[in-house]
Amino acid sequence: MMELMTTAFATALLAGAVTAGVPLLLAGLGEQMSQKSGVLNIGLEGMMLAGAYAAFVAALGTGDPWWGFAAGMVAGMGIAALMALLAVCLGLNQIVIGIALLLGVEGATAILHHLAFATTYPRLPPAPSWALPGLSHLPVVGPALFDRSPVVYAAVALVAVMVWIDRRTGFGLSLRAAGEHPSALDAAGGSVVRTRVAAVLAAGAGAGLGGAFMVIVGAGIFVPFMTNGAGFIAIVLAMLARGRPLMVLCGALLFGACLSATTALQVAGIDAPTDVVQMLPFAAVLLVLAIFGQGGALPAALGEAWTRGNPLGK
Amino acid sequence: MTGRFIRLVAAPLLLALGLTACMLALMGVDPLAYFGLVVQRGLLSPSGLQAAITRMAPLLLVAASLILAFRAGIWNLGGDGQYLLGAVIAAAIAPALAGMMPHWLAWLVCFAAAAVTGAVWSLLPAWLRARRGVNEVVSSLMMSFLGLSLANVLIKFVFQDPGTTVPQTVTLPVADRLPRIGDGLLGGAVSSGVLVGLLAVLLVHGVMTRTAFGLRLRIVGANARAAVHAGLDVPRLTMVVFGLSAGLAGLAGAVDVLGIQGNVRAGWNPAYGLMVVPLVFLARFNGFAAIVFVFLFSVLSVGGESAARRLGVPNYVTLVTVAILLIGLAVGEALDRRRRATKAATA
Repeated sequence: MMELMTTAFATALLAGAVTAGVPLLLAGLGEQMSQKSGVLNIGLEGMMLAGAYAAFVAALGTGDPWWGFAAGMVAGMGIAALMALLAVCLGLNQIVIGIALLLGVEGATAILHHLAFATTYPRLPPAPSWALPGLSHLPVVGPALFDRSPVVYAAVALVAVMVWIDRRTGFGLSLRAAGEHPSALDAAGGSVVRTRVAAVLAAGAGAGLGGAFMVIVGAGIFVPFMTNGAGFIAIVLAMLARGRPLMVLCGALLFGACLSATTALQVAGIDAPTDVVQMLPFAAVLLVLAIFGQGGALPAALGEAWTRGNPLGK
Repeated sequence: MTGRFIRLVAAPLLLALGLTACMLALMGVDPLAYFGLVVQRGLLSPSGLQAAITRMAPLLLVAASLILAFRAGIWNLGGDGQYLLGAVIAAAIAPALAGMMPHWLAWLVCFAAAAVTGAVWSLLPAWLRARRGVNEVVSSLMMSFLGLSLANVLIKFVFQDPGTTVPQTVTLPVADRLPRIGDGLLGGAVSSGVLVGLLAVLLVHGVMTRTAFGLRLRIVGANARAAVHAGLDVPRLTMVVFGLSAGLAGLAGAVDVLGIQGNVRAGWNPAYGLMVVPLVFLARFNGFAAIVFVFLFSVLSVGGESAARRLGVPNYVTLVTVAILLIGLAVGEALDRRRRATKAATA
């Protein structure tokens, strides 16, 4: 009996960590790219929320979750395109524009939801999953890790892609140059604006897909303001990871585990107060910072608009 | 001058109103009726104006907290946690103190307790920034999330009102709340908390622009390395700035509870920090401009709530209007700066 309890608990905890962690991972990887290029993308939460709503509408309308994921990604990139236009091309204050976009998306999705679904509250069917042959029958890790939505596998693969972009491609080099010393990139013949726009769009795609995952795989339903701070956690994850994609993965799983720990504890018959459990990941990060914390490793030009001949945009 | 006014104020405002009107028309709501109600209920009717001015109180204190920190180059983004913990502490002790001492003393004790609570909640990020060079954006955001949960724990398990099953603190009787002011003009229905807010913004503005202490802080904010060479004790100033800024955020929570809310429910988080950050940026950290922006925002949000109730549209319309307004104001400011730069170059 005891063994059954622990198996059920471990499975619930791990599965919950993945379900809650994948949106953080997708958004966090995108944000990391954007931060590397020098754009502090405070509107990430808005991009997630836009992705969540678009995914809900598309998946509900077509009955196909894949259209939902695609729509989520496109919606996230749409908001990111606004961010890129205003904060990168026009050089407006990144924090003002980011928060403005977040507020606008919050309002717009809540109004649309109110008009279209407030009386019916439709639900999406359960999302399809791919069982990996051989692995999905393992105890605990089988159902929690290897019988999941393909987006989960794609998100993990994306970590490797990000590492490759960073280390092996010219674009990775341009990204870092745009964040650390934009004028050097410009002098070398690269385009600071184009690099940053690409990075912001990538962040929008990741955040939108993350929001879509929240709706299609996680909740099965759209609720106004449902991202509930996940975008900000993803921003913090990207900052803490200091440019390493693998650290975003670890952080996303840690936060995901803590966010879902209450449910898992209930499965095990332990009634822990949600608020206390939710404090765990933040307390853990602060403890790590307090013990090992040292100089910041954020890109030198993070948050600064760039125009030629006026390196810090002041 | 008129050109600047159009670029900086009129055009963004018209843009926000125009786009909101299009959205309302698409929703099947008469935009003119909506805006008429917003202006009428937020600005022209006595009760609306009173509500808008009352709402300014906590927002102004948050603005003061942010202006102080941002001018000194300290990105204290933990305001929401500091605010809520200050509010919870004030809500917990205010009903107990009300019977024990004169009102003014009870309020002062609550203010002090809330400010100290906010400051304590910023100690770790401040110390990490001052002594270890850890970026305060991450640490203060983390403390903020931690504080929001801690506030809920405190409400549910420590300060729960025994008289109700709703997770909330004991409600402060209206007679014990901050006095209402403005007898002549405003019908005596404005919380005096707004005076505390105005005083805080003006004080911070004065200190930052007119005193040696403020100059030191601005030097640290402009270039911390240069400040070290100028012989300033940067770590100590960092701790002081963090403490003052977080104290003001905590005080904002106390003013909100003592003047408006009366208690704190679990899960309540007005998230004023997020709302005020863009306003403060648009004000370019200038106290007077911040007061104007906070007033504009208060009128819009109070009027919007009222109009939404009357016309049966969701209250979220205000969020969209504010978002467009923020973007419009930012674009206007950038255009103005560019224009003046070209003028200066050709002159």
